[in-house]
Amino acid sequence: MRSLLISNRYFLILLAGMLFPALQAHAESAHVTKGSKAASMDSCVAPTELMRRNHMDFLKHERDETVREGVRGVPYSLSECIDCHAGTDETGKSVPVDAEGQFCQACHGYVAVSPPCFQCHRTTPSKQEHRYGYHTTETPSAIPHESQPAGIQRD
Amino acid sequence: MSNKGDQPTMERRNFIGGTIAAAGAVTLAPGVILQAVAANKAETEAASSENRWGMVIDTNKCADGCTACVDACSDEHGLEGHGRPQTDAVWIRTVKLKDTQTGHISRLPLMCQHCEHPPCVDVCPTTASFKRADGLVLVDRHRCIGCRYCMMACPYKARSFVHEVITDQSVNAPRGKGCVESCTLCVHRIDAGVMQTACQEACTKEGHGAILFGDLKDPNSEISQALKKYDSTQIRADLELNTGVRYFNL
Repeated sequence: MRSLLISNRYFLILLAGMLFPALQAHAESAHVTKGSKAASMDSCVAPTELMRRNHMDFLKHERDETVREGVRGVPYSLSECIDCHAGTDETGKSVPVDAEGQFCQACHGYVAVSPPCFQCHRTTPSKQEHRYGYHTTETPSAIPHESQPAGIQRD
Repeated sequence: MSNKGDQPTMERRNFIGGTIAAAGAVTLAPGVILQAVAANKAETEAASSENRWGMVIDTNKCADGCTACVDACSDEHGLEGHGRPQTDAVWIRTVKLKDTQTGHISRLPLMCQHCEHPPCVDVCPTTASFKRADGLVLVDRHRCIGCRYCMMACPYKARSFVHEVITDQSVNAPRGKGCVESCTLCVHRIDAGVMQTACQEACTKEGHGAILFGDLKDPNSEISQALKKYDSTQIRADLELNTGVRYFNL
């Protein structure tokens, strides 16, 4: 009887141990939202692993260059993130990326991080007629990333 | 070939700038030549101090009752009012001036004057308010804490504070609650190489043509030629801010 309990406990721990990464993987795999342009593509502007780890650094670095120095047409552009990753509802209407279960919110909710990007930046693809300073390339150009380690680099 | 008295108190800089401009291409060392930068910058290039973007407005051509420039600006930057004129964001507004002696009424659009020595930049505690290399005075919302010192410092009342949550912003102008903002001289267009602001486009389309935008540092630009030919006024010239926006017939 006792041995059965022990084996049961071990079994449960084993089961939990197996489930946790699976659950985590599930939470992370919800990253590409159904109906978004990104769902139809192989990878982002950089390999997925690299984007997952470093997207905040890419965006933060380039936002200063763009705002303060006027360097546009950069490879990592938040408006293009939105264009590609915003999902659509049943009626074909775009869903904000920071809405419950959507691309940005799904992961940030999971890790309890609240990105302030969307206090100012729009959360759905723009349909504005006059828009400038924007990449319109269909396929993201290849960017050399070999020199960048896949990990958060902070100094 | 001088830069139109770009700055009244910096004669030496003016002299050097003028000399370099006159030379066109300067030989730094044998084989090393510094070429003048082309007027329209490429998207991936940083803004250059070889340019200074500015505007000249002919008040005689500004038509009574016309709000084309204001509407175009709102449309371009996604500025939506809440029906509360005291707090709604305004980047460009029309102003009427009446000479009480003669009864003559002047009309003019007033916006950020893009000063060479902007008081808003002087007072900003977080360097959110800044002057870009090409003379545009902008707000970096990533750094703005909404203290509104700049609004107090601006002699032109050109800045607005965003009081309410905004959604569905324009991609041309990301903006949100708690930040100060003002005219950017359509920086998104300049960076894309489109040398026409939204207000100028609308004014021209209306047939008034009161607004002219261009590079003040390029002696051959239309705006430089116009400023050379006709007398122009800076509003509150006594403050010696050397505004980038000038007015004819004021």
